[in-house]
Amino acid sequence: MTGAMSMNLRGVLAIFAAEMARTRRTILQSVATPVLTTALYFIVFGSAIGSRIQQVGGVSYGAFIVPGLMMLSLLTQSISNASIAIYFPKFTGTVFEILSAPLSYVEVVVGYVGAAATKSVVIGLIILATAALFTPVRVLHPFWMVAFLLLTSVAFSLFGFIVGVWAKNFEQLAIIPALIVTPLTFLGGAFYSIDMLPPAWRTVSLFNPVVYLVSGFRWSFYGLGDVSVQASLGFTAAFIVGCLLFLWWIFRTGWRLKS
Amino acid sequence: MISVAAVTKRYGGMLALDAVDLDIARGEIFALLGPNGAGKTTLISIICGTVSMTSGRVLIGDRDILADYRGARAQVGLVPQEIALDIFSTVWNTVVFSRRLFGRPSDRAYLERLLRDLSLWEKRDARIIELSGGMKRRVMIAKALSHQPEVLFLDEPTAGVDVELRRDMWGLVRRLRDMGVTIILTTHYIEEAEEMADRVGVMKGGRILLVEEKHALMRKLGKRRMTLALDQPLRELPVALADVPLALDHDGRRLVYTFAGSEHGAVPSLLRRLAELGIDYSDLDMTRSSLEDIFVDLVGQRA
Ligand SMILES: Nc1ncnc2c1ncn2[C@@H]1O[C@H](COP(=O)(O)OP(=O)(O)OP(=O)(O)O)[C@@H](O)[C@H]1O
Ligand SMILES: [Mg+2]
Repeated sequence: MTGAMSMNLRGVLAIFAAEMARTRRTILQSVATPVLTTALYFIVFGSAIGSRIQQVGGVSYGAFIVPGLMMLSLLTQSISNASIAIYFPKFTGTVFEILSAPLSYVEVVVGYVGAAATKSVVIGLIILATAALFTPVRVLHPFWMVAFLLLTSVAFSLFGFIVGVWAKNFEQLAIIPALIVTPLTFLGGAFYSIDMLPPAWRTVSLFNPVVYLVSGFRWSFYGLGDVSVQASLGFTAAFIVGCLLFLWWIFRTGWRLKS
Repeated sequence: MISVAAVTKRYGGMLALDAVDLDIARGEIFALLGPNGAGKTTLISIICGTVSMTSGRVLIGDRDILADYRGARAQVGLVPQEIALDIFSTVWNTVVFSRRLFGRPSDRAYLERLLRDLSLWEKRDARIIELSGGMKRRVMIAKALSHQPEVLFLDEPTAGVDVELRRDMWGLVRRLRDMGVTIILTTHYIEEAEEMADRVGVMKGGRILLVEEKHALMRKLGKRRMTLALDQPLRELPVALADVPLALDHDGRRLVYTFAGSEHGAVPSLLRRLAELGIDYSDLDMTRSSLEDIFVDLVGQRA
């Protein structure tokens, strides 16, 4: 049994399956929340505000906010799922089993982040389906839409994993999504085109990373974005690389995982 | 099976392990004794990969725990000191999870036998949150054994466990040893080490004070004591016996002789000399010091 094991695929799948099972235990919350939230956004933004805004760049306001709405959920869900996935074992002490198992760091991350990203993609698609009930949605570049969906889910699940490793208590766990990610998303053009802002604010917006995500994603739907697609892709890729480097350092040093 | 060489661990500035060397043979039961804070858990955690060492080298079955962590860890099962379980999972699922985590193909028959051995089979579909403390501890053991490890670490397996369950666990440990599993346990119950271990290591302040085969240890450091109930009380010790370490007790009605456990022929010669001096006795009692007495002598406090 001590024969050379080059990759512990069973171990990765065990983590992945356990994480997916955890979601199944809270299936109602996992699915009902995004459906309900989307419906509420459409009623409030789509109908109330949309009736005044009419069109943005040739797209009805209801359709315009769909990518931003998906992005908002993608970011918050990825972060909260991935951060809880690693924070909870740390909190209850069960992380010892992961640390003592014959698993590489990459495998541990693939198991947890893969599960969190999968959930996010599913939630994103549920939101898309819900939105389609309210407004005609078309996807101009389906390949890029799926690519952005996957890349963003992975990027923010990686980020969430880091948050979960970093957090020392439940407050810290909640603080990043609530105080940083949600505001950045709302200010990142999820519900408006940054062209609609005064020039000074438009420049400030360009420092908001979420602008690049939403813009690229919206481009894949309607062919229009606030920034170039290359910038969007470049930013997402850079974000993933940054997270991977930080994770590599975390596991190398055992930071907040091993004393 | 396990080789620990010059392992040092610092928590910040605190030296928790000070250049520890230890070798564990395949198939033995090794008991690690030591007072609170001696470094037992730290040492085990380093070997199992849950705590990183500051310096040193550890091999498990000739595999370096850092360079070949997969090969090293695949052989090891760990039952940590604190119970840590996913309380929403069922007993069966958590055991299956552990086995898969270690990359082993599924084996329902083995896991069923394991749960039956640990009296958990009836509870296989119960959620962990519904189990008693003793059951949870057994689930921890089942998880550690789920991947059929060659080495099992038990960090205080019987803390807070009732007498009957403790006996059960001892039985299990013996069966595992008979199957060739190497077992390293820490305990505060000297009785446990005395009952179970082949060899004993005593730790204090991050150092291993001694490692000895249990019987050899008791022979070497254990003391024996003979107490004679005298017919006539003595007011003082006979001058003729000044060369023998004797003491009087119970107002001179008891004569107590303490001697090294390894000394042979001491008792007959003393009895002969007493007979020559005309000191008669009505009863004779012999006791041998336990591992606990030895331990207290060594570290100057109870475990
Ligand atoms: N995570 C940690 N951070 C800082 N110090 C620690 C940490 N873990 C243990 N120590 C310290 O290291 C020393 C050894 O602790 P360890 O848990 O190994 O002792 P032990 O022999 O297992 O004790 P016990 O019998 O109480 O379980 C103690 O002084 C302890 O305070
Ligand atoms: Mg301990």
